[in-house]
Amino acid sequence: MEKKEHIISILVYNKPDVLARIAGTLGGKGYNIESLSVNTTTQYEISKIVMTSIGNQATISRIENQLQRLVDVISVDDLTNVESVHREMVLIRLDLTDDKKEQIKKAVDDNQWKVIKSNEDYVILEITGDKAQVDLTMARLEPLGIADITRTGLVALELKN
Amino acid sequence: MKLKGSQILLEMLKEEKVDLIFGYPGGAVLDIYDQLYKSKIKHILVRHEQGAVHAADGYARATGRVGVCLVTSGPGATNTVTGIATANMDSIPIVVFTGQVPTTLIGNDAFQESDITGITRPCTKHNFLVRSVEELAATIKEAFHIARSGRPGPVLVDLPKNVMAAETEFDPANIKIRNYDVTHKPVPKKLSQVFELLSHAKKPLLMTGGGVILGRAASELTELARKYQVPVTGTLMGLGSFPGTDPLWLGMLGMHGTYHANMAVSHCDLLIAVGVRFDDRVTGTIETFAPSAHIVQIDIDPSSINRNVVVELPIIGETKATLNDLLHFLAEHIYTPNKVTRNEWLTEIKQWKEKVPQGYCQNGEIIKPQYVIETLHKVTKGDVIVTTEVGQNQMWTAQFFKFDKPNTFITSGGLGTMGYGLPAAIGVKCAFPDKNVVDIAGDGSIQMNIQELATAAQYNIAVKVVLLNNGFLGMVRQWQELFYEKRYSHTDMTYAPDFVKLAEAFGIVGMRITKPADVEKALRDAFAVDKPVLMDFRVSREECVYPMVGPGESLSQMDLGTREMIN
Repeated sequence: MEKKEHIISILVYNKPDVLARIAGTLGGKGYNIESLSVNTTTQYEISKIVMTSIGNQATISRIENQLQRLVDVISVDDLTNVESVHREMVLIRLDLTDDKKEQIKKAVDDNQWKVIKSNEDYVILEITGDKAQVDLTMARLEPLGIADITRTGLVALELKN
Repeated sequence: MKLKGSQILLEMLKEEKVDLIFGYPGGAVLDIYDQLYKSKIKHILVRHEQGAVHAADGYARATGRVGVCLVTSGPGATNTVTGIATANMDSIPIVVFTGQVPTTLIGNDAFQESDITGITRPCTKHNFLVRSVEELAATIKEAFHIARSGRPGPVLVDLPKNVMAAETEFDPANIKIRNYDVTHKPVPKKLSQVFELLSHAKKPLLMTGGGVILGRAASELTELARKYQVPVTGTLMGLGSFPGTDPLWLGMLGMHGTYHANMAVSHCDLLIAVGVRFDDRVTGTIETFAPSAHIVQIDIDPSSINRNVVVELPIIGETKATLNDLLHFLAEHIYTPNKVTRNEWLTEIKQWKEKVPQGYCQNGEIIKPQYVIETLHKVTKGDVIVTTEVGQNQMWTAQFFKFDKPNTFITSGGLGTMGYGLPAAIGVKCAFPDKNVVDIAGDGSIQMNIQELATAAQYNIAVKVVLLNNGFLGMVRQWQELFYEKRYSHTDMTYAPDFVKLAEAFGIVGMRITKPADVEKALRDAFAVDKPVLMDFRVSREECVYPMVGPGESLSQMDLGTREMIN
């Protein structure tokens, strides 16, 4: 069966060790989490976890079933084959060294990248988009010399429930 | 009404109708033990915390109720881990209360502190650390509910010392917990698919597992098999869910299953598996498991479906309700098996059974372990609850003792925990003081929790230990014989205590039996005394468990052994 990245959306009760239970369940069964995003929903006692994992459909179904067994898990949905929007965010610091300074400033202007903080020494950019868009932007940033980077896990939302 | 945490715990145990707990005191649970001192709840003082969990587990398997144990923090808690993992693998409902250091010290590496909820997260169904006395009552109620609902399992509740000492309002009538309704109702469409498959099948076979016992569905399964003349095989955990003396019973399948059960699985064209998870000891090589069969799997837990064996028709639901629905559907639609093909199928199975009967040869002056087990069945007429240790003793019991009723064969199937049988038997005997309870043991396993003989002696819990003493870690030795050219690396256990003297030192009855002619009398004598008895049967040293499916082999390729058949 074909292996691909699956986006799994999990509603859980917001308990101190719920993330440990989920990570432990997957790790203990030998499944890898590629990316992860966790936050509360409109109700503080319920959190949403969006994770991506690579595997064939049978593996992903097993992951879903294993997660569904956990007492603190409310629901598990594979968003891969339903209509949904996806976003990741990256914060990037580019250091304004003498040899790159002009090149960086020009690239930021040309691409209309969002600057969230800058001074004489550095510029910090915020990039959002789906995985492909973020990967594309990252490729453009690479030659400018990335000093530091933080990339969130993917978040996803279904168009309709 | 304002109560202390320790009082609330005991009140909640009463609410849950707990009248017996197995435990071991310590610093962190002093407040609870002080309340127990004044309470009517019976407490059995074990000699090791692992024994407490196995006893609670044995109690749960025999009664179908939640078993309870209570231990202290740190090492008391970590000593429960093997017991909890044992219960988890076999889906046994128990609640383990562990003491914990005061919340103010958690994380400080305090004396006798351990992160027991962290340690047991992968081997419990769920666990809780109770952070305040206000959440205590609801947490306990939730713990019992989780342990027994859906696919059952062990739940651990960690109780910090200051939470036990703190006071709060307690109103048992007003405790709210989340509702976990995990059961699904089977849909009629699936039942009609089963009907279709059954109507077309020439060689149908039922396979019963632990889920039938846990789901109290043995009578429904038995009705289905008998009414429509479908032969039945079962997993180790399923023994007792269909009468072992019924002609439709083929015996256990799998690595040490009967030849005819494994041949039936390998040749059936429809396999209806109920409450099983297709463990590797059951299937042999997955690719050749039931190669010509449509497979229907009925299970309460979606994660058991398509995990090892890919099934054609999964039905998620309680085994009892689903089998009931199926029985109704088949009756309503007047399912009638084709007499000709069914008779052909039953005859084919009979021929396999005649070709390779389950046997052994009791000749000469050395006791055969299988003979002891068969004689035990004869002496008790099968009216006994049997626990086992793990290894050859366990497999011979599964092969040679005919279990007719559910909840009478108590064994560590999934985890395969040596040292399980004795404390489990103690738990069973506490639940059924008037029943005969026997632990069939090996000389290796019995030494792993032999300290519990003191527990049995203290409360005169009259369990009978049938020790099949071959001076080896027999099952490991068997593999060394078969697959490692008889290099018996560290499996010779000839250096052992004198078990008769040891029994006497514990204050129980010890017996040594060395001749086949003395086996029956020894068993009768043992049951005649109302005391714990340890029978040291000196058995044939290098007897192997046969037939056997070697590792990586198909069920149809059984090693039948070289022994002569008894009949």
